[in-house]
Amino acid sequence: MPTVTLLPALAHVGELGALLPATLPAALSAQEVVPATTVVPGPFLLAPLLILLPLLGAAVLLLVGRRSDRWGAWFGVLMSAASFVVALVVFLSMLSLPPDERVVDHRLFDWIAAGGLDVGVGLRLDPLSVTFVLLVTFVGTLIHVYAVAYMEHDKDRRRFFAYLNLFVAAMLVLVLADSYLVLFVGWEGVGLASYLLIGFWNHERENAVAAKKAFIMNRVGDLGLIVALMLMFAGFGAVDFATVFADAPEAGTALLTAIGLALLVAACGKSAQFPLQAWLGDAMAGPTPVSALIHAATMVTAGVYLVVRSAPIYEGAPTAQLVVVVVGAVTLLFGAIIGCAKDDIKKALAASTMSQIGYMILAAGLGPIGYAFAIFHLVTHGFFKAGMFLGAGSVMHGMNDGVDMRRFGALSRYMKVTWITFGLGWLAILGIPPFSGFWSKDKIIEAAFVPIDGQEWRAWVFGGVALLGAGITAFYMSRLFFMTFHGHKRWNDGSGSPTGPLSTDGPVQHPHESPLLMTAPMVVLAVGSVALGGLLAFGNGFVDWLSPVTGHVEHADPVLPVWALVTLTLVLVLLGVLLAWRQFAVSRVPIVPPRGSVLTRAARKDLYQDQVNEAVFMRPGQYLTRSLVYGDRQMVDGGWMGLAGLVGATGEKLRGMQNGFVRSYAATMLAGLIVIVAVVLAVTTGTGS
Amino acid sequence: MTPAAAFVAPTIEWAYLVPVIVVLVAGVVGVLVEAFVPDRARRAVQLVLALGALAGALTSIVLLWPDVLERNGVRVLGGALVVDPFGLAVQGIVVVLALLATLVVADRTSTKQDAFAPTGAAVPGSAYEDLARRRGLEQTEVYPLVLFAVGGMMIFPATGDLLTMFVALEVLSLPLYVLTALARRRRLLSQEASFKYFLLGAFASAIFIFGVALVYGFAGSVQLAEVRGALLGGTGLDGMTSLVLLGLVMVLTGLLFKVGAAPFHSWTPDVYQGAPTPITGFMAACTKAAAFGALLRVLYVVGQALPPDLQEKLVVALWVVAILTMVVGTVIGVVQTDMKRLLAYSSIAHAGFLIVALVGFGELSGFGVRALLFYLLAYGLATIGAFAVVTLVRERAPQPVVVPAEADLATVGAGAGAGTSGTAASAGSDVPDAGAVLGEATHLSEWAGLGRRSPWLAGAFALFLLSMAGIPLTAGFIAKFTAFQSAVAVGAWPLALIGVLASAVAVFFYVRIIVLMFFTPTPTPTPTPQAAGGPGTAPDGASSTGGGTSPVAALTSRVTVVRSEGFTTVAIAICVIGVILLGVLPSSVLDLAFEAAKFRP
Repeated sequence: MPTVTLLPALAHVGELGALLPATLPAALSAQEVVPATTVVPGPFLLAPLLILLPLLGAAVLLLVGRRSDRWGAWFGVLMSAASFVVALVVFLSMLSLPPDERVVDHRLFDWIAAGGLDVGVGLRLDPLSVTFVLLVTFVGTLIHVYAVAYMEHDKDRRRFFAYLNLFVAAMLVLVLADSYLVLFVGWEGVGLASYLLIGFWNHERENAVAAKKAFIMNRVGDLGLIVALMLMFAGFGAVDFATVFADAPEAGTALLTAIGLALLVAACGKSAQFPLQAWLGDAMAGPTPVSALIHAATMVTAGVYLVVRSAPIYEGAPTAQLVVVVVGAVTLLFGAIIGCAKDDIKKALAASTMSQIGYMILAAGLGPIGYAFAIFHLVTHGFFKAGMFLGAGSVMHGMNDGVDMRRFGALSRYMKVTWITFGLGWLAILGIPPFSGFWSKDKIIEAAFVPIDGQEWRAWVFGGVALLGAGITAFYMSRLFFMTFHGHKRWNDGSGSPTGPLSTDGPVQHPHESPLLMTAPMVVLAVGSVALGGLLAFGNGFVDWLSPVTGHVEHADPVLPVWALVTLTLVLVLLGVLLAWRQFAVSRVPIVPPRGSVLTRAARKDLYQDQVNEAVFMRPGQYLTRSLVYGDRQMVDGGWMGLAGLVGATGEKLRGMQNGFVRSYAATMLAGLIVIVAVVLAVTTGTGS
Repeated sequence: MTPAAAFVAPTIEWAYLVPVIVVLVAGVVGVLVEAFVPDRARRAVQLVLALGALAGALTSIVLLWPDVLERNGVRVLGGALVVDPFGLAVQGIVVVLALLATLVVADRTSTKQDAFAPTGAAVPGSAYEDLARRRGLEQTEVYPLVLFAVGGMMIFPATGDLLTMFVALEVLSLPLYVLTALARRRRLLSQEASFKYFLLGAFASAIFIFGVALVYGFAGSVQLAEVRGALLGGTGLDGMTSLVLLGLVMVLTGLLFKVGAAPFHSWTPDVYQGAPTPITGFMAACTKAAAFGALLRVLYVVGQALPPDLQEKLVVALWVVAILTMVVGTVIGVVQTDMKRLLAYSSIAHAGFLIVALVGFGELSGFGVRALLFYLLAYGLATIGAFAVVTLVRERAPQPVVVPAEADLATVGAGAGAGTSGTAASAGSDVPDAGAVLGEATHLSEWAGLGRRSPWLAGAFALFLLSMAGIPLTAGFIAKFTAFQSAVAVGAWPLALIGVLASAVAVFFYVRIIVLMFFTPTPTPTPTPQAAGGPGTAPDGASSTGGGTSPVAALTSRVTVVRSEGFTTVAIAICVIGVILLGVLPSSVLDLAFEAAKFRP
């Protein structure tokens, strides 16, 4: 591993690049990655519609305003669905191309041409972006449909759909961009949409605060992307994928490491990875469809997309890659631990999302061996996690918007569809074969056990973490599932019977199944949870599909045999499930949370993430801004006010000379004349005699 | 109207004198009109005569322009007058501004009273004055007086010798002294201002003529061309070049007095405040243009011929005056509370900026002249417009009889007419009772909320103020820019820097008025300085706290906007259009001004 110092190295980019010849893995796979062509096949010309349709939807719904209240929701659905149809067309036409022609840059127009910077707006159509487009538009459309029913009684439903459409458009800009700058536009766009939707019910102060928190933490990440953009411009003189990726292998490690770390900061912000993870739990303040679409299936995975997309950069920066893996591993455990203690069903799911994205980031950090699996897991996760969020929404729908799992229990009898679809998602996330999660997560664990550059310690550490995470995941997801759908009723069913429910104090609940508009998307997503993984894994299809972007990978052996890993994983998962079954389905779950161990209490408080942030960043930041404001008031404003006061005081003094007496006016004139004559006579200038 | 044609003589090229003669003859005819035309028709005849003469002068200037440009100036009357492109351009500016100012002078507003005393000779507050007022007398001598002043102003920048310049100075000054004394209201203040102006003017004239004597002592001639020749050819009094320098400084002092440059500015605030507002506008714009024209001519024709060392001394003197003027104008302007005094200090500051454009007189590039001519026009338009607005914003007297509230006023605050809306139907006109409308509401506090009641008027005023402040897209910006640019071009960047800083300070008091008009609610009637018959003197040192307030006035006195007869509206509209056009499309006027940067000694 080369030792890398970041900043001074920028000046020696060429030098270092020469010092570090092609011993890096970058050179191995880079040649297999298909370079972009600029010849745009016919159907791809439709691609701008992908973005324009939902954007049009958002614009119409926002501009027409209240008049579109009646048809607004369905108009939003239509726009999203139309975008999906276009996505399908683009996908099918891409399938008809040979794999080495599947990376296309579709330049739309020149945007910024200033000096050395020439940025055009264009779309990059390749298997990676099309995968995302399909995921975003398909899951997005399903969630649009779900939201039609879920938000039915909200008087601002039309506005909600405007924001959802805006989100879809921004997300598509993000994944379709052909340069980091256009990607940044989408990146900010989804951040805005996320902010608007988390705070959708902003009349509750809490929700507004959550929205602000998400926005601010995302800004920290965005700064990373901005820094990366600057570094790219400084190092490559360009920010478009084609130039940057073509030049990256020749660039020095230091530059690539710096860019890689900056991009990682961006990814951490958007994907709620350690240490920028704190906003995701609070983001559950948004309506549940938002949590499903933005904070589970799509937007939060943008960080994974960014890392995978930037593969050529990371491959020249092993240090950055290692940091990526570490971040993924830490977040994976972090989220899993938090998930074990949360009683709020949405927050538990959010912790799970964080943990699962940790898996993806970890895989993306492993290099070419993990890229495809990161995306694979991202897709399957998009389905089963969205399905479970919609299931949670359905439970809330039936339980008066309650989210406390300690007051659920035995709901499987009352909402069968929700129970089954949720259960299928549960099995998928557990990684039980043959459900979707098995195919993707197991591959990640397997890849984590492959030693990189012959370093076995990495294989053991990260493989071990991934394995352990699988076990914990099984525990907390089973806990969530059993507490909600099994065990004893812990809600007031109104019967007053002492033998029935454990609680008679809460509001009377009438749990019921949700309407078809809500269950249908859940069913579709559940089908995906069951079959998508196997379908995509069939014949290594998905990995091959992505290979024009991620490159072909030489087969590498993990430190343990594959069959042993699979067995070990399954054993751990089953252990976790059994533990949860004994504790949350068989025994009685107390309504009042027990005090719990130190770890439980810490996990309930999100491992003190907010306290740390407040102590380390917020308070000092506040002190800093306060002292800056003070300084501004005292010194800058004070200086100016003092100057103004001085002018005023001088004016007051001088106006005393304007006393109204002609004699003093004449005296002033005379004195002035004498002074000027004196000046004229006294002054001797350089050219003077 | 142009009997001049009859006087064709071989030695005198009368054609080039037509603009001046038209105006002066019209002035003489105006005096005859006063004597022979019956009362009723007098005003109309005078008005037609004055406007016609000014329009005729303007036409003849335009017609003369190509010829003068081609011949690069003509010496007329044996060199007493020099009609060169520069002189003609200044004449044109003076006439345009005088035309606008005359429109404002002529407006009697909806009160049917002009701004002038019915009988200027009456003792203020006497029964005779009261009688004259009640008889509804009008002082139509104002128009010939204005025409005489304009005639002097036209000769002033086009003179070829210092004596003619002195005569022109007096020709333009004497009518102004009289006009200053003619304010209809605050008679004592007006007369005092006039007297001060006269005394100090005489003092300045004395300095001027003393300077002329010294210059004559050196060169043996008062002709500018010959003084120049003596300097260049070394035929002057041997070893006494400092004599001409001293003489020049004194001549310039006399001229700087007229433009209101510090330390010769003391008369400006008092006179601007005391004079009838239309005359203040006329003075501020036209006198400044004419006097700067003369100043520039002396500097370019004689100053340029000075030996380099003396020239630099003169430049240093100009630096001192410029800095002093800018600083005094802005710094004291900041603490003013009276609109007319504030505009007076603003005009002092502008004199400073104009002098900044002058310091490059030693160079032959013409950029300074271009800047000066453009500045004079831009400043004149904004100034006449601003004073025209001031004439329309009036105080309403304490009203013993309750007057129906006007519809547009009744909505704001608890007004005087509260509870009397039953009689509102009788309020057909803007002004319910002519006697109730007094003089201008010149205290700044009285302008609060004007923007809400009269958005157009306040908007125009705001535009003029922005132009004076030098905000882009107004004429003032281009004017200041070219002035500072020409200073920087000759290396006088510290002057430009001070000018920019002074402009920044000045923005404060301009914007303060805009804020006052648009963003401050109309105050509920508060004690205001008693309007009529107030203390005769209102110098700065005393007026801010002085001025008796009466509780009766406090309850009913308020500010109203009177309707123009049309003349002022036209003048304001032209000024608005001019300020915007010069700000947005300045290039053609700048080119014209550059063409005019040619002197004939």
